Amino acid sequence: MSATDGSANADESNSPGGRRQTKLPRRGGVLAMLRAALVLLTLCSVLTGIVYPLVMTGIARVLFPWQAAGSLINRKGQPTLSRRSAIGSAQIGQYFNQPWYFWPRPSATSPVPYNAAASGGSNLGPTNPTLIAHIKQRVQALRNADIGNSAPIPVDLLTSSASGLDPDESVAAAYYQIPRIARLRRMSPARLKKLIARYTSGPQFGLLGEKVVNVLELNLALDRVAPYPPAPGAPFDHVRSSTVR
Amino acid sequence: MTGEAWISIGLLMLVVLLLVKPVGAFLARVYEFQPLFGLDKLFGPLERGIYRLCGIRMDDEQNWKQYAAACLVFNFLGFLAVYAIQRLQGSLPLNPAGMKAVPPSLAFNTAASFITNTNWQNYAGESTMSYGTQMAALTVQNFLSAATGMAILVALIRGLVRKTTSGIGNFWVDVTRSVLYVLLPICVIFSLILVSQGVPQTLERYVHVKLVEPFVAPAVASGAASRPEAVASQTIAVGPVASQEAIKELGTNGGGFFNANSAHPFENPTGLTNFLEETAILLIPLAFCYTFGRMVGDTRQGWAILAAMVILLLAFMIPCVITEQAGNPLLAKYCNQRPTALQPGGNMEGKEARLGPVNSAIFDSTATGTSTGAVNSMLDSFTPLGGLFPLWLIQLSEVAPGGIGSGLYGMLMFVLVTVFIAGLMIGRTPEYLGKKIEAFEMKMASIAILVPPSLALLGTAVACVIAQGVAGIANPGAHGFTEILYAMTSQANNNGSAFAGLNGDTPFYNIVGGLIMLIARYWTIIPPLAIAGSLANKKIVPAGSGTLSTHTPLFVFVLLGIIVVVVALTFFPALALGPLAEQLQTFAGHF
Repeated sequence: MSATDGSANADESNSPGGRRQTKLPRRGGVLAMLRAALVLLTLCSVLTGIVYPLVMTGIARVLFPWQAAGSLINRKGQPTLSRRSAIGSAQIGQYFNQPWYFWPRPSATSPVPYNAAASGGSNLGPTNPTLIAHIKQRVQALRNADIGNSAPIPVDLLTSSASGLDPDESVAAAYYQIPRIARLRRMSPARLKKLIARYTSGPQFGLLGEKVVNVLELNLALDRVAPYPPAPGAPFDHVRSSTVR
Repeated sequence: MTGEAWISIGLLMLVVLLLVKPVGAFLARVYEFQPLFGLDKLFGPLERGIYRLCGIRMDDEQNWKQYAAACLVFNFLGFLAVYAIQRLQGSLPLNPAGMKAVPPSLAFNTAASFITNTNWQNYAGESTMSYGTQMAALTVQNFLSAATGMAILVALIRGLVRKTTSGIGNFWVDVTRSVLYVLLPICVIFSLILVSQGVPQTLERYVHVKLVEPFVAPAVASGAASRPEAVASQTIAVGPVASQEAIKELGTNGGGFFNANSAHPFENPTGLTNFLEETAILLIPLAFCYTFGRMVGDTRQGWAILAAMVILLLAFMIPCVITEQAGNPLLAKYCNQRPTALQPGGNMEGKEARLGPVNSAIFDSTATGTSTGAVNSMLDSFTPLGGLFPLWLIQLSEVAPGGIGSGLYGMLMFVLVTVFIAGLMIGRTPEYLGKKIEAFEMKMASIAILVPPSLALLGTAVACVIAQGVAGIANPGAHGFTEILYAMTSQANNNGSAFAGLNGDTPFYNIVGGLIMLIARYWTIIPPLAIAGSLANKKIVPAGSGTLSTHTPLFVFVLLGIIVVVVALTFFPALALGPLAEQLQTFAGHF
C-alpha cells in the first residue's frame, strides 16, 4: 500500500492494484458520476491550465528571462529585455531583399514574407508547377543580383522554410552570396567568411541538428563592420581586422 | 543515406530504449499504488484532496461499464469546456491580442480534436486562440486526453491479470494519478529545458519591432493581385509556449501553439529541443510496453510487443529519411541538393535549415508512428514517397508505437487477433496470458481494428465526390487526392498531423472531421474496456505444453504479418491513387 492512500484505504484486501481480489463497486448513480467528472475536470483545469503555465512563466522569468520573453536583440545584435530597443528576435528571421545584405531563405507567410504573427510554409507539393515556377523566379532574382556568379545555388536558398520564419540558412547558402556582398560592401571574401563563421552554430554537441548561419545577426554585424554604402573613395576592404573582432 | 543520418536515428532509438525500463517500471508503480520515490509524499495531500472533493474513494472499483461511462462523461464535459472557452474567449481574460470568438463549426472541430488526443488543427494558433484558450482549454485537454489513454490501457492490463472479478480499477483515480505523478512532473522539467533553449514562456502581448531595413514585399507569386506594400515592422507572436509544448509532445497530442507547429523556431529552436521532443513523443508509448510486462508478471511479453513496435517504426522511418535526403528530382537542374559539410541538402521545401531533411523525416515519422501528429516540417511538400511513409504509419492504426496508452491498447487488439488466428492454425483454444480468447473478445477486437480504416476510407470517398470536399484541395493532381486521404486518415486514427495545404476550415471538413475523430476515439476505447471486463471475469488457465508462446520472435513476426495484412494493405489501393501515382509522375518527369 502506498503512503498516499491515507485513511481511505485501511483495508489491505481492497487494494485496487495488482492481482488481488477486489470488491464490487460500492457507489454508483449518475449524480455521483457527474459530480466526480465535473469536480475532477475543474480541478485538473485549474492545475494544468492555470497553475502549471503560470508557475512555469514565473520560474522561466527568473531563470531564463531573455529566452522566456522571446530572445529579443537590439541593433547591435546584443540580447535585450527592452521591447523598445529590440529590432527583432534571435530566433525569428527577417526579410532582406537589398543586394547588400545576406538574403534569408524564402518565406511563404502571408501577406508579407517573415510575418511572425502568421507562421507557415508554402504547402506546395513536390510536383506542383507553381513550386517549379517559384524556384525559377528565385534563381533569376539571385542571378540578377550577382551577374556572373554561376555557382550552383544551395537548395535551401531557393526553397521556402516550414515556418516561413527560419532564422537560419546553410553555410553554403551564405557562402554563395559572398561575391555579391564583397563587391557591394568592398570587403574581402576572406573577411566575410570569417564573419559568417562567427554567426555559424551547430550541430549542437556535434550531433544534434544542422550547421547553420543566423542571417539576422549576420546582417546586423555586416552593418556594424562595413556599413553600406561604403564611404566615398574607400579602398576595397577598408575594414580593419580589429573592427571585425 | 549519409552516416550522420544513421547516427541520428541510432542515437534517438538508443536514448529512448535506455529510458524504457526505468520509466516503464515507474509507471507500473504509479498504477499499482507503490511508493514513488517521494513524489507521492509531495503530491499525496493534493491527490487525496482531489478525491475528497470529487466524492470518490481510492479503493472504489468500477466494472467495465462504469469505467467506460466515467470516461465518456469526463470527456464529454471536457468537450463542452473547450467549446465554451473558444466561443467566449473574446470576453475571457488573458487575451492580449484581442482574439474574437472562434466560429461554431471550427470550435466544434477543435473541441472534438483536443478531447480525442487527435489535435487536428483547422486553425492557426497565433491568429485564432487567446493565451487563455491555449492554456485553460487546449493545454488542459493535452493532459486529460493523454491521461484518458493511459487509464484505458491500465484498465485493459488489469483485465488481463485479474481473475473472477468485475472490477478493472477506477477511472478517476487512474486519470488523477497519470496527471499528478507522470505527466505534470515531467512537463515541469521539460518545459524549463525548452525555455533555456529559446522557447518563450510569457503572458505579455505580441512583440512589435521596427525592422532593420524596411522592405517592399514582392508581389505574391501565386498570382493574387496584392499591391506591393512597404513593410517597416514585424509583429512577433509569443506566449506561454513552453508549458504547452512540453505536454504536446509528452502526451502524444501534437497540437501546436503556432500554425507551423514544431517547425516554428519558438516551438523547436535547436537541435537539442528537436531531439528531446522526439524522445518525449516516443517515451511513454514505448515505456508502457515494459509497464505491461511488469504488471502481467512476465516482462518478456512487453519486450516482444516493443520489438514489434520498433521494427514497424524503423521500417517506415528509414525509407522516409532516405527519400527526403535524396531531394526532389524536379528541382535537380536548378540547385544543389547534395548533402555536404556546408549544407544538409535534400528536399528543403517546407523544412527548416537548423533541422534539415534528416531530422525532419525522423521527427515526422516519430510523430505519425505515435498518434502525436506534430510536425517540424511540412508534409505537403515532402517528396511523394517521403510523404507516403508518415501516411502509412498512421494507417497502421497507430500502433507503431501509437499514442500514449492508446498505442498499446490498440496493439493488444492486434495481439488478440494474432493469438486467435494462430490458435485456429494449431487447433487449440486461443489463450493470451492464461485468459481464453473467445467470440466476445474477438468481436470487440475486430470493431476496434476495423473502425479507423473504415472511417478513413469512407471519409475520403465522400470528400472526393462532393464539391465541398474537393474545394479544399491545394495542390493539383494525385497530390490533391493525397491531401484528402491524409486528412481523413489522420482524423480517423486520432493522429492530427496534416498535409497542411488542404483548407480544412470549412463547415464540411470541420463537422465531418469532428465526427470522425469522436467515433474513432470512442469506438477504439469502448471495445478494449469491454474486453477488460470480460477477461477480468475469467479464470487463469495454467500454461500447458500446447500453449502458444507470445514472447518469441516467431510470435512477433506473425503479429507484424497480421498488422500488415489487416490494415496496411487495406489502404494500398488508395495509396496507389495518391503518393504512388505521384512518385511515378516524378520518375517520368511528367506532371
